[in-house]
Amino acid sequence: MQFKSRSIRSTLARPAIAVFAALFLLAGACGNAGDAEGAATPAPEPAPTTTAPVATTLPPVEYPLALTTASGASLTIEARPERIISLSPTHTEMLFAIGAGSQVIAVDEYSYYPPEAPVTDLSGFTPNVEAVVGYQPDLVVVSYTPADLAEGMEAVGVGMLEFSAAADISDVYDQILLLGEATDNTTGAAELVGSMKSRFAELLERIEGIDPDLEATYYHELDSTFYSVTSDTFIGSVYALAGLRSIADEAEDAGGYPQLSAEFILEADPDLIFVTSSTPADALAEIAERPGWSGLTALQEERVVILPPDIASRWGPRIVDFFEFVADALADMS
Amino acid sequence: MKPGVNGVGLAPSRSRALRWVCLGLLTIVLAAAAGAAVGPVSVNPWRALLEILDWLPFVSLDSGLNDTHAAILRELRIPRVVLGLLVGGMLGISGAAYQGVFRNPLADPYLLGIAAGAGLGATLAIIAGANGGAAYGVEAAAFLGALAAVGTTVLLGSGSVASLLLAGVAVASFFTAVQTYLIQREWENFREVYTWILGRLSTSGWSEVLRLLPYAAAATLVMMFFRNHLDVLSVGDDEAATLGLRPRRIRIAVVLAASLATSAAVATAGLIGFVGLIVPHGVRLLAGVSNRVVLPLSLLFGGAFLTLADLLARTLQSPAELPIGVVTAFVGAPFFLAILRSRIGRTA
Repeated sequence: MQFKSRSIRSTLARPAIAVFAALFLLAGACGNAGDAEGAATPAPEPAPTTTAPVATTLPPVEYPLALTTASGASLTIEARPERIISLSPTHTEMLFAIGAGSQVIAVDEYSYYPPEAPVTDLSGFTPNVEAVVGYQPDLVVVSYTPADLAEGMEAVGVGMLEFSAAADISDVYDQILLLGEATDNTTGAAELVGSMKSRFAELLERIEGIDPDLEATYYHELDSTFYSVTSDTFIGSVYALAGLRSIADEAEDAGGYPQLSAEFILEADPDLIFVTSSTPADALAEIAERPGWSGLTALQEERVVILPPDIASRWGPRIVDFFEFVADALADMS
Repeated sequence: MKPGVNGVGLAPSRSRALRWVCLGLLTIVLAAAAGAAVGPVSVNPWRALLEILDWLPFVSLDSGLNDTHAAILRELRIPRVVLGLLVGGMLGISGAAYQGVFRNPLADPYLLGIAAGAGLGATLAIIAGANGGAAYGVEAAAFLGALAAVGTTVLLGSGSVASLLLAGVAVASFFTAVQTYLIQREWENFREVYTWILGRLSTSGWSEVLRLLPYAAAATLVMMFFRNHLDVLSVGDDEAATLGLRPRRIRIAVVLAASLATSAAVATAGLIGFVGLIVPHGVRLLAGVSNRVVLPLSLLFGGAFLTLADLLARTLQSPAELPIGVVTAFVGAPFFLAILRSRIGRTA
């Protein structure tokens, strides 16, 4: 399978790129992080030594700070934000992981990770402008923006930092670095990205060590009606890093999240099956009862992985934990 | 509207009716054969036939299919074809019955709040079971929701046809409001609810078919029993009363039977629109307006239509699926308009 060899060899066999990317990461953290396009190559570095460069404390961010948000709007942050509201569970995780937690005063109802996040009944899906403004925020972080929220925030003069869903892992790093810059936590952001990259590198090395010629397919199930993901999605791009190919790629005409037909799943007989559920035992029992599924290789070889729902649906710092599930599954295969 | 002198005048001749029923049965067989032969995974049709014959008692054949293909036929494709026949048949005959009872061409099986009730039930079950809930829970909840909605409508509105329809509208609005509120509260489950709303003939082996079958059989018997009475009712309640019929009782019985059939169909397959409206009308345009013929033919052609629509849903975007509700409306509407135009042209 070409995809695997391309992704793994190009990242591991070329240390020059890794070094370049590490330097670029540092530069990006100091300068305009939103512009860090060049870090698109996932950059695994030799594992334990990478903590050295990011341990340096970066200079504080100077305000007012001009940024460009995901929608292309320009945003000027006048002073270090101290009253941040996050309406995006992914970015709540990022904010706390880079050390901006003490600046966060309220998060939306689904931002229940990390546990210390100040969960409120604010909705990230149908945000009420008055309720948001009532907290007197000085920065609102969102990943979904209904028109009235954008207009409302502009009318009351509160800065809104808007993110779109990440397309691949380098987007995740970019978003973390941008959050670090916006909230004056550049050091924390660079450290987080550095540690994520080194964990990714370790896991990739482990996968490479398992069997370099392994050609494995997977089926990632979004719900019990067989909605799945292709390699064109964010989560698909992370699987691709491990050299895995989605059986849903054959259905890519139907978009990134096609609903597969039950017949096709049986015929495709994926090597690995990933299902999200917060009750693993129930999920496994339900899967085993599905008609025809007992004949699938993944069930016979016990290669069904139950993932905690939020780590597989958010593109936050815990995406590395997700990748570890994938690496463990591959290790179990051989 | 008083077509004919009495109900008997509407009926086509016996031989003509028989011919249509034979044609309906033939269509069913062809649709089922096509559904069994074609799918996202190509299975040799000849071997598939041998495999199916092998399931018959006292028949033992070696089809030569591998285990996966045999499992696909036995556990997925054939049950799905049969479920399509059943669900389509129920929606077709229930739509015909509703139109007969209400003497309203726009009546469809979801008229009295079934769709909204089933939708609310399914939404509640999906949200409650979002963490590892089983599909059967959704089915039962949708069924109960549909029965609750129809029951409320009939209890509160059974004075006259008009009050029944109005009660149906109010009940549907209320259930839909609650459902909308829940979806917007629990938007993480939105895709699953939405998928359910668009309808899908998904099967876990034969269990859905077996669950639907008793309701389908009982409701069909009741509707078929009253099909002649509906013709008499179409002349007018007073005339029917002089013939010794009790219009209100007949109406309630037919409405309850049609609602039971629809509720069971919706619970297993979601809200598949259009079949219950268009199939009976197509039948009337082709074979005449007597309920004696319209009800059985709507059963047969409804089943065949839905099976063929599902064939498209399974294969057009293979190996991805299309929601079947999209197919029934997208293919069915132009087809229906074509019949309508040709009939208008002929009578004008």
